[in-house]
Amino acid sequence: MAIIRTAIRSARPAEDPAGLPAKLRVRNLNFFYGGYQALQDITLDIPENRVTAFIGPSGCGKSTLLRTFNRMYSLYPDQRAEGEVILDDVNVLAMKRDLPLVRAKIGMVFQKPTPFPMSIYDNIAFGVRLFEKLGKRAMDERVEWALTRAALWDEVRGKLGQSGDSLSGGQQQRLCIARCIAIKPEVLLLDEPCSALDPISTARIEELITELKNDYTVIIVTHNMQQAARVSDYTAYMYLGELIEFGDTDSLFIKPQRKETEDYITGRFG
Amino acid sequence: MSAVLPISESANVEELASATPPGPRRLRHAPWMEAAFEHLTRLFALLVFSLLAAILVSLVLGSRLSLEKYGLGFLASAAWDPVQEDFGALVPIYGTLATSLIAMLIGIPVSFGIALFLTELAPAWLKRPLGTAIELLAAIPSIIYGMWGLFVFTPIFQAHLQPALVDSLGSIPGLGALFEGPPLGIGMLTAGLILSIMVIPFITAVMRDVFELVPPLLKESAYGLGATTWEVVWRVVLPYTKVGVIGGVMLGLGRALGETMAVTFVIGNAHQLAVSLMAPGNSIASALANEFTEAVGDLYFSALIELGLILFLITTIVLALSKLLLMQLARREGART
Repeated sequence: MAIIRTAIRSARPAEDPAGLPAKLRVRNLNFFYGGYQALQDITLDIPENRVTAFIGPSGCGKSTLLRTFNRMYSLYPDQRAEGEVILDDVNVLAMKRDLPLVRAKIGMVFQKPTPFPMSIYDNIAFGVRLFEKLGKRAMDERVEWALTRAALWDEVRGKLGQSGDSLSGGQQQRLCIARCIAIKPEVLLLDEPCSALDPISTARIEELITELKNDYTVIIVTHNMQQAARVSDYTAYMYLGELIEFGDTDSLFIKPQRKETEDYITGRFG
Repeated sequence: MSAVLPISESANVEELASATPPGPRRLRHAPWMEAAFEHLTRLFALLVFSLLAAILVSLVLGSRLSLEKYGLGFLASAAWDPVQEDFGALVPIYGTLATSLIAMLIGIPVSFGIALFLTELAPAWLKRPLGTAIELLAAIPSIIYGMWGLFVFTPIFQAHLQPALVDSLGSIPGLGALFEGPPLGIGMLTAGLILSIMVIPFITAVMRDVFELVPPLLKESAYGLGATTWEVVWRVVLPYTKVGVIGGVMLGLGRALGETMAVTFVIGNAHQLAVSLMAPGNSIASALANEFTEAVGDLYFSALIELGLILFLITTIVLALSKLLLMQLARREGART
């Protein structure tokens, strides 16, 4: 399904997604909400330590796809997935137990900031305490490290004891990113992370995403095509539950291979 | 020119009139209605305060005789002798607090478990019937619980549970004092158990409702970090809903403290002070219900009214404590700006 092309006029050296080590391999994935099929036979490889963006009109299944990666859909009894989602060597979809362990490896940030009803410090420490027993000092260091990586430390260092609700929307979203990073995941899933944010906060989060790809495999779902073009190395275009085109971002935006992709990115529909 | 102008003006006006629809007109809402509405709602609100004050005043006036005779000693005296006209509130106060405490100790964890199961774990086909069953339990009149308690639960309790409790817990030093004595079936423990069954639907219904108000994204965020269902509920859902949960517990406690009919059936109605929960005792509400009709002397009547006043004060204190608890929790969570 991955379309192999060479990019023209691209600043980045063009890479074939199939040539890189894949962090997540999706094979023949079908997804159902009750009787309604939301994903049709998706197959793709998501490369390690790169930013992969999923774009497409509302309801095309990109968020649904993201929710299969960490088995979030399993919380809801009427949702089910068929096929394979392989993280390193483990088929996530076949796991019966140890879902918390998988979810700890795959952090997720949602459309809206969701600070927990506790202090800023505890928001970060919450996830860490689930898996590690750290002393006071080690925990302090971890909290500072995560907040620094999420570019939030300078703004909150003096008020770690305050409620997470007291932060602005953009700060809350960075808090949620810091919370994910704190447990040292391998993959970061960002489900429209900037849809509720102002342009300045959005710019900060986008900078952050570029920073984070050195250490994490980042997967972002976005409605905003400019955002996908700015932050991602690879882009997948989805429509009506199908993967239409997947390739490196520059090529996909400059010279899409499929008519449907071209119509969408040039704004002729969607 | 001078002849043309008025014509074009009038044409303009006509054109405007036909182009723009008529603006909104306030036909039904006269300004005085708005003011009257405001005053009316304020009157209703003030009614709450005046009712509260009226109840308090009439309770204090009614209990004046007893207040003058016993003073604060009324609270510490275990006497209750209508013939000699010697009264004290210790037995019913102890009975009220002990039965309510038992009800809460059993009721809160069980309700939490049911609410947790209903919102997080139950399969979809079970949620609705189970939820309806809980609401039906809450709607059963308390006299039914009382009769069921006396005729069905008490004999079973007397024959099986009570001897087992006396044998196992009765020999523990200190704690054992709560579990000694002959297995009569009726008593404070029985009343507490019946009360716990009665408050469970109330607390469960409130807990379920507030648990369902938690944004799914917030729960998913916690699950996404690798939390188990228990960790999500205990560390995220419960703190998020604490105001509602404490409100539900207070609703249950209020019912337990004031419950009359069911408790009267099974508590034994004996004015004797016993540490053991197996012994028959009395609660304030039961004493009032049982004895008002036969209270002949003025002092007797006044003592009963004072019991009512005490119950009123107990519920006030409980409410104040719950507010303090909420403030404490808010402070621990961190200042909101």
